[in-house]
Amino acid sequence: MKSAVLVFPGINRERDMARALKLASGRESAMVWHAETSLPKGTDLVVVPGGFSYGDYLRCGAIAARAPVMDAVRAFAAKGGLVLGVCNGFQILCEAGLLPGVLMRNARLKFICRDVHLRVERSDTPFTRGYNAGQVIRVPVAHGEGNYEADEETLKRLEGEGRVLYRYCSPDGVIDERGNINGAAHSIAGLVSEGGNVLGMMPHPENHVEDIMGCTDGRGLFAGLVAHLEHAA
Amino acid sequence: MKARVTVTLKSGILDPQGKAIEGALKSLGVDGVASVRQGKVFDIELSGSDKAKAEAALKDAADKLLANTVIENYRVEVLG
Repeated sequence: MKSAVLVFPGINRERDMARALKLASGRESAMVWHAETSLPKGTDLVVVPGGFSYGDYLRCGAIAARAPVMDAVRAFAAKGGLVLGVCNGFQILCEAGLLPGVLMRNARLKFICRDVHLRVERSDTPFTRGYNAGQVIRVPVAHGEGNYEADEETLKRLEGEGRVLYRYCSPDGVIDERGNINGAAHSIAGLVSEGGNVLGMMPHPENHVEDIMGCTDGRGLFAGLVAHLEHAA
Repeated sequence: MKARVTVTLKSGILDPQGKAIEGALKSLGVDGVASVRQGKVFDIELSGSDKAKAEAALKDAADKLLANTVIENYRVEVLG
């Protein structure tokens, strides 16, 4: 797996992400500055990490989504390349038009920084094959704008096409209002593009990959990506 | 030439910030506030003098960056 981690001014999770990718694949990621106009040759996974690109000015992810490197990411995704956006990365992918909808202010207006439970909705995708369908995992969130919203028609299409891969839930996997920490439509925590090759998610799987972190539930996502890409190669 | 682009949330889009401001105004005893919606104003200085061209450029700016048209509407005014 040759991954490229994008770096924008104000991003702060790129090293956590690179560490998790290395742990899963054994290879260093290329760190790609936002002003670049191309991705390193042979890249097979692009990761847009979390943080506060451009200080969340204008709208979260709005300015980063228009950075030069994003044209290369768009072209990469159009050819079926795998793209993973976490937290601010999810916001950037929505703003860039690579994913539908928008991430609004959390319904209860608070910045939420804690572990949450996610239900993995299906296991037959590159982003979830390291898990079982219906499995509940525990991963941290840290965001103020993670309330996913889209128009009714889009939500219907996302559900109909099985594009919601991760949902906020209770510790025993029940989808309810209490578990839906930020008020997201349909408790959506992570969804994929129409082609299934671009995933955006608010929680941080990269922060639950080593024993010292107290939990390793995030490993499955990266292990799944490695398995998918090795299988394809 | 001076211009102004006003970006507002579409109706039906939840605006928790507007709601919080609305609550604060009510608790301050400001009379007659029925509801508050928060938006953004961009004051833009343009170098040319062609009004039609300016309007087209501002619309381009709003579509490409200033507004997220999934949730926001915008209004362009060339103030001259």
